[in-house]
Amino acid sequence: MSVTAFLTDSTLCIGCKACEVACKEWNQVPADGFDFRALSYDNTGSLGHSTWRHVKFVENGAVPGFGGNASEVFSWGFSSDVCKHCANAGCLEACPTGAIVRTEFGGVYVQPDVCNGCGYCVVCCPFGVVERRPDDGRAFKCTFCYDRQKEGLAPACATACPTESIKFGEIEHLRETARERVRDLEEKGFDDVNLYDPTETSVGGIHAFFIVRGDPKTYNLPPKPEVPTTYLKKGWMSAGIAAAAMVAGAFLAFTGSSDR
Amino acid sequence: MSISPERETRELRLQQIRREAELRATSISKLLSTSQVDKRPSNGHALQDFEPAAYASAQTGYYGMPLLKTPSWTWEVPIYLFVGGAAGASAMLASVGKLTGADRDMIRDARWLAAIGAALSPPLLISDLGFPKRFLNMLRVFKVQSPMSVGSWTLVSFSSAAAASAVLTELERRRVLPRIPVLTDVAEIGAALTGLVLATYTGVLVGATAIPVWNAKVSLIPIHFATSGLSTAVSVLELRGHTSSALNKIGIGATVVETAIGASLELGKKPATEPLHHGPTGWTMRVAGLLSGPVPLALRLLSLTSSSRSARSVKLRKAAAISSIAGSLITRWAWVYAGRASSKDPKVPLQLPGPPRPDATQIPQDK
Repeated sequence: MSVTAFLTDSTLCIGCKACEVACKEWNQVPADGFDFRALSYDNTGSLGHSTWRHVKFVENGAVPGFGGNASEVFSWGFSSDVCKHCANAGCLEACPTGAIVRTEFGGVYVQPDVCNGCGYCVVCCPFGVVERRPDDGRAFKCTFCYDRQKEGLAPACATACPTESIKFGEIEHLRETARERVRDLEEKGFDDVNLYDPTETSVGGIHAFFIVRGDPKTYNLPPKPEVPTTYLKKGWMSAGIAAAAMVAGAFLAFTGSSDR
Repeated sequence: MSISPERETRELRLQQIRREAELRATSISKLLSTSQVDKRPSNGHALQDFEPAAYASAQTGYYGMPLLKTPSWTWEVPIYLFVGGAAGASAMLASVGKLTGADRDMIRDARWLAAIGAALSPPLLISDLGFPKRFLNMLRVFKVQSPMSVGSWTLVSFSSAAAASAVLTELERRRVLPRIPVLTDVAEIGAALTGLVLATYTGVLVGATAIPVWNAKVSLIPIHFATSGLSTAVSVLELRGHTSSALNKIGIGATVVETAIGASLELGKKPATEPLHHGPTGWTMRVAGLLSGPVPLALRLLSLTSSSRSARSVKLRKAAAISSIAGSLITRWAWVYAGRASSKDPKVPLQLPGPPRPDATQIPQDK
């Protein structure tokens, strides 16, 4: 089975939230509040236990010339966020029960019948995606529509996306598509297009990459996500030193005291 | 490929959502009827938890929204860090004490302290699970790359060994059982070795995460937790009335290290460690540092001016013990709550310059 990926091209996104709706309906994800957050048209805020696709709404300055903006009207940036299904996934490494597994499609999947809600994956995700659902207790996130992929279907969000802003396919093919699209946009005069795919960091690339205009930080995409296992060596070294020092100290104290 | 009729209906529904979105550039979920709306703040971030920025920009991130998720651990976890650390260190003290021929009553108390801590720890951790019935799933696999997995196995081994060690020696002492040296020694040494892991792994557990203030201090936290656990173990033994000067020496060593850790935390400022310096989390850490470091250190040094069994010396050491125990408990809370605060600030993962957010009334410049 080939490794699959998402390419979310935010230059094609119209902010309709069909992906959010399709994801909720297909995966039977519970409603997660109906807050008006006064953050543009965003009322889900961020990815979480009950938001597996999340459309971000960014209001940029006016850009006359592209799409016929009047100079006094701001331009939109929409981007549908999703679990990145990291090549080196912090949640998967951290999971003590083996509930989080890598599927045959390369996605990262939380098995709901194994998870015991320890919450360690939550603090080990460098993108803040996976989260414990308070009333249920287990951790939830995007499944990459594992059930649909098994039947050869595209994930629900990609299927419902009316502008094909969410593309789904074989990972290397999609990376090529992404590079072509960036080149194409640059030729058309967009000088601020970025492909977000942190292959240089310890995360080692992601299975859900994004084309955004402007700095990816605007969309809360971290410039240097690190998989927390990179800190293990330092931590265990300290633990070893601490343990040895404790034993040595106790030995010295007991042998050096007449009234032990 | 064939799909069942009901799957086909659901597939058609996805197409319907797509058409609806195409026509109206908006879509309405059947699931999101107001009657079904859950009033709980979504994604664990209540609006009052953070100060939204007016804009999404390269300088503010996405409206200043948190990038990371807040640790879901509740009060049980800091208590466990405290109890487990003290129990682990205590098992080590019992073993080293026995090897060096220390006072038998003190060794016995150390053993029981380890056993009681070992008995309290699993319930604390299990009640913190979101799905406590499945606590045994922790033992489905062993993953060396997961400190949570290493810790679960360590705790199980430690609990068994510490309980066996305490109960067996007690039965031997009361002559209920004949002395079986192999069994008691294996239990004793097993408890000491796993106890050392138990007293230190929690620092790795906390440090090897995506939370900036924790991973920035991944080298320090295991040492901090180990010292704090050792201090508590010694202090509890002193409060039980043991006056061996060896305990005071270990206490002095631990409080010297605590003082150094406190100073290094205070001096080593970087953006990731902001919660250790500002606001309630900063003050909690400072109070913890004072109660575990300089205060008990001064009291212990003062106690050296009288003979080790004099009433004055014992009083001073007991005061130091109480201060250390309180300091150790507050230390664990301070670290856990610093992590919660740290998770809410997107500045560090986004590498944004501080101060946190620009004036909310200013429109960011166009490129």
